[in-house]
Amino acid sequence: MAKFIGAVEINKDRCKGCDLCVVACPCDVLSLEPKYVNDRGYHYAFDKNPDACIGCAACATVCPDACIAVYRMVNPDYKPNDK
Amino acid sequence: MKLADIRRPENIVSCKPRLMNDKNMHYCPGCSHGVVHKIISEVIEDLGMEDIAIGIAPVGCAVFAYNYIDIDWIEAAHGRAPAVATAAKRLNPDKMVFTYQGDGDMAAIGTSETLHAANRGENIAMIFINNGIYGMTGGQMAPTTLEGMKTSTTPYGRRVDLNGHPLNITALMAQLPGTCYVTRQSVHTPAAVRKAKSAIAKAFKNSMEGRGTSLVEIVSTCSSGWKMSPDASNKWMEQNMFPAYPPGDIKDVTLNEEK
Repeated sequence: MAKFIGAVEINKDRCKGCDLCVVACPCDVLSLEPKYVNDRGYHYAFDKNPDACIGCAACATVCPDACIAVYRMVNPDYKPNDK
Repeated sequence: MKLADIRRPENIVSCKPRLMNDKNMHYCPGCSHGVVHKIISEVIEDLGMEDIAIGIAPVGCAVFAYNYIDIDWIEAAHGRAPAVATAAKRLNPDKMVFTYQGDGDMAAIGTSETLHAANRGENIAMIFINNGIYGMTGGQMAPTTLEGMKTSTTPYGRRVDLNGHPLNITALMAQLPGTCYVTRQSVHTPAAVRKAKSAIAKAFKNSMEGRGTSLVEIVSTCSSGWKMSPDASNKWMEQNMFPAYPPGDIKDVTLNEEK
């Protein structure tokens, strides 16, 4: 079990669907919405696998439109010797 | 653990910088300009320079930079950003003045202004976005276009016998005694973004400490001009742009001072 758990919050109206956050994510959390588009016609990013997020903020760092907010906290269920 | 429990203000590690406003940027999806705008806002916020920062916007894709970051901006004529920055800095020595220029602006139309401002050692920071193409006007050849690179004006690739060699203006600037910090960075991975951020912070500090001209080149992508997806452009940049424009510090006078 990971020590940190994280969550992302994506401003889907600002997102342009460039796919850079999906490539940058080490835990395969993000994906582009395959079917729906936002008001400007882009297939926006969303967290398809939110439980895997470790809050590393790699997605927010490479996002050109600053539409990702990342949250991180210590996992309350984490035990140091747990493998 | 529910998502709402994690998404609390005290747990936030990264979000849109306060200085960036809510206007949607006009850049194409995946454009490096957005990342650089973001790190400039973060650096100015971190250094507490909101009230003293003056940006000089260029002509090119970044012509509307003043719409997105809430600091003072001046829009310069094409290529003349270093000349405008010289005036702004000399008249207001207590302000932090930086220019934000593309390769067409800095390496073609404004070469003379850029080299002379750096040679005079003006205490300004220059941020140079090098994507090897004139992105705004439709992907024409720029001086920094690589040999063999296809653009709309060189559809069979740039030829050295016809179009000359790619201009490495950052290496030229490093030879001038007026420059204090010349570096080349990129923003294609999280690690590269962090390095670029610290380079920009150093350039802004140099401007305030009166050390001379700082130049931060950001090797960038132009997915629309290169006709690739943003991810493919990043890979193409690593394979083709980095051999010609290798990232790293080229000149740093502060290192010699410490010795």
